[in-house]
Amino acid sequence: MAKVTMVEAVTMAMAHELENDKDVVVLGEDVGINGGVFRATSGLAQRFGEDRVIDTPLAEAMIAGMTVGMATQGMRPIAEAQFMGFIFPMFEHIVCHAARMRNRTRGRLTCPLVIRAPYGGGIHAPEHHSESIEAMFAHTPGIKVVIPSSPSRAYGLLLAAIRSEDPVLFFEPKRVYHLNKEEVEDDGEEYPLDMCFVIREGTDVTLVTWGAMMKETLEAADKLAEQGISAEVIDVATISPLDMDTIHESVAKTGRCVIIQEAAKHCSVSSEIAANLADQGLYDLLAPVKRVTGYDTIMPLFKLEKKYMPNVDRILDKVNQVLEVS
Amino acid sequence: MTTVASFNIDYLQYLTPNGELVGDKKPAIATDFEKLKSIYELMVLTRTFDAKAVALQRTGKLGTYASCLGHEAVHIGIGSAMAEQDVFAPMYREYGAQFYRGVKMSEVLLYWGGDERGSDFSGPKHDFPWCVPIATQCTHAAGAALAFKLRGEKRAAVSVVGDGGSSKGDFLEAINAASAFQLPMVMMIVNNQWAISVPRKKQSQGRTLAQKGIGGGLPSIQVDGNDYIAVYTAVKAALKRAYEGKGASVIEAITYRLSDHTTADDASRYRPDDEVENARQFEPIKRMRKYLTSQGQWNEQLENQLLNTCKVEVETAVEEYLKASNLTVADMFDYMYDEMPHNLAEQKAYAESMEEKSNG
Repeated sequence: MAKVTMVEAVTMAMAHELENDKDVVVLGEDVGINGGVFRATSGLAQRFGEDRVIDTPLAEAMIAGMTVGMATQGMRPIAEAQFMGFIFPMFEHIVCHAARMRNRTRGRLTCPLVIRAPYGGGIHAPEHHSESIEAMFAHTPGIKVVIPSSPSRAYGLLLAAIRSEDPVLFFEPKRVYHLNKEEVEDDGEEYPLDMCFVIREGTDVTLVTWGAMMKETLEAADKLAEQGISAEVIDVATISPLDMDTIHESVAKTGRCVIIQEAAKHCSVSSEIAANLADQGLYDLLAPVKRVTGYDTIMPLFKLEKKYMPNVDRILDKVNQVLEVS
Repeated sequence: MTTVASFNIDYLQYLTPNGELVGDKKPAIATDFEKLKSIYELMVLTRTFDAKAVALQRTGKLGTYASCLGHEAVHIGIGSAMAEQDVFAPMYREYGAQFYRGVKMSEVLLYWGGDERGSDFSGPKHDFPWCVPIATQCTHAAGAALAFKLRGEKRAAVSVVGDGGSSKGDFLEAINAASAFQLPMVMMIVNNQWAISVPRKKQSQGRTLAQKGIGGGLPSIQVDGNDYIAVYTAVKAALKRAYEGKGASVIEAITYRLSDHTTADDASRYRPDDEVENARQFEPIKRMRKYLTSQGQWNEQLENQLLNTCKVEVETAVEEYLKASNLTVADMFDYMYDEMPHNLAEQKAYAESMEEKSNG
């Protein structure tokens, strides 16, 4: 079994499906011979040919529109948005077409497509390269929104995304693309797209997170463990549809919940989780639900990005607040 | 200074507004009178349908409706040039093309009557549904064309935008994609002179809209969009190029929107009546009738018979539309996903329980 990074796991999943399903194609800017600016498609054009790993003209709306068109005609395109900050020209095709095609044609046409985009801050990138806007997509009915937080989940979730009969937005936390290596078997085993993963079991507080913030969340859980506090850590993984059952089950056990996200706070995925806990889990709670988020500011240029992004101290601050309530 | 490239835009017309056949090399379709008569019949049926649909909206039996009055030649020209296996990516008023391809009149009414079942139509199952976000259908057609090309299928995609739509990025990006990938595709600009209230001259200072295709490296021509023979011939030739792997084409069809933009619009606010009156002398049905009559292929008796048949057919379609079964709240939920997520299933169950309560 090979030890791979998250970005290598992403490549592995695409290679697996390119190998096993002739309808799968990869397309985007620089995804061909260059292998993508983050090398997520590295070697794929050489292995599968430029008819299946396709460099497109530089036009994001066109990439998304053509992806919709191909998907309706029986292909399974995987498009790359080079950065989440460049996804906005694709927005119309995702929201007005991919998300609606099945419903508006009563299932006559479907959109089994994947749009992958690296997202999030922390890599000293230029302007428009560091945003976390998963909530904008999670708000749209008809699409699934998936964010892996480890190499193995990147592999299993991306396989499921490619095989999904419905459109999937697959957002890759680029800050942790190369962070850890993990043993991932290229066995074609997919992960479910309707489940949260309990990463670490605990009894005193539930920490809910996804994507790159898993790193800081696990570090915070380690620090809490040193203080004798047992934190349960949940990786949401599939933002939409959201598996609240796993979160409720955990909160029923711990009575306390802190949600950690890199994205801005207002109308975010953490808002939805907190609202669900208030609605369905209020009597399980021993303390108010707290959120650790990016601020409701523009994602700053990189001199300030570390001040923007939640860190271990900010997580511990909120955890201490919920632990103080007895 | 030297010229590194030069271009020209040809204009194609076979049938003058007076119904006279002109041009040096006449295509076979120009004297295929059985075909032309059936086309003429569909043009009249489409116009009869269109008038009825507007009337249904005025009497509260249909939602907002986009009329196709004056576009019959260009729409049916496109539809009849295409093969069944080609994919059609319309905007939202190309009923003539769609009728030719098997979409039913009752299905058009269902759509504008607020019922998604209209888009699950009887035309080719691979055809795109009506596309309201302007010009986005062009990149969908490009994607379909790329799928055909990658699979080595002898099929093409045909997209339609209006003069307004030709200003949009998706149209221009699709031209570029069609060129870059050498796609089997035909991009139609149905220039009916008005994008709601904005006239053609405010969309672009370009002498033609067809020349936008030249910018992307595609062969591009202008045709008389009120001349069925010209439209059919141009689209057929462009499709032949596409099937032969020679790439995409742009065709600007010059026509005129004789109606309001939709039934929610009042064109008298921005468009002089005399302009519309003037445009009527160029409209497509009149010239086709004159041509067929001059060739001894048509007469008043046939015309009266046709009008009666069309009336009956349209009435039958309206009856079918009006007796469509009611939608249920479940219909909102059931087509959202291949497998319904459990949180949506909960919302569906709740909606149904509330429905039962209000009915009970």
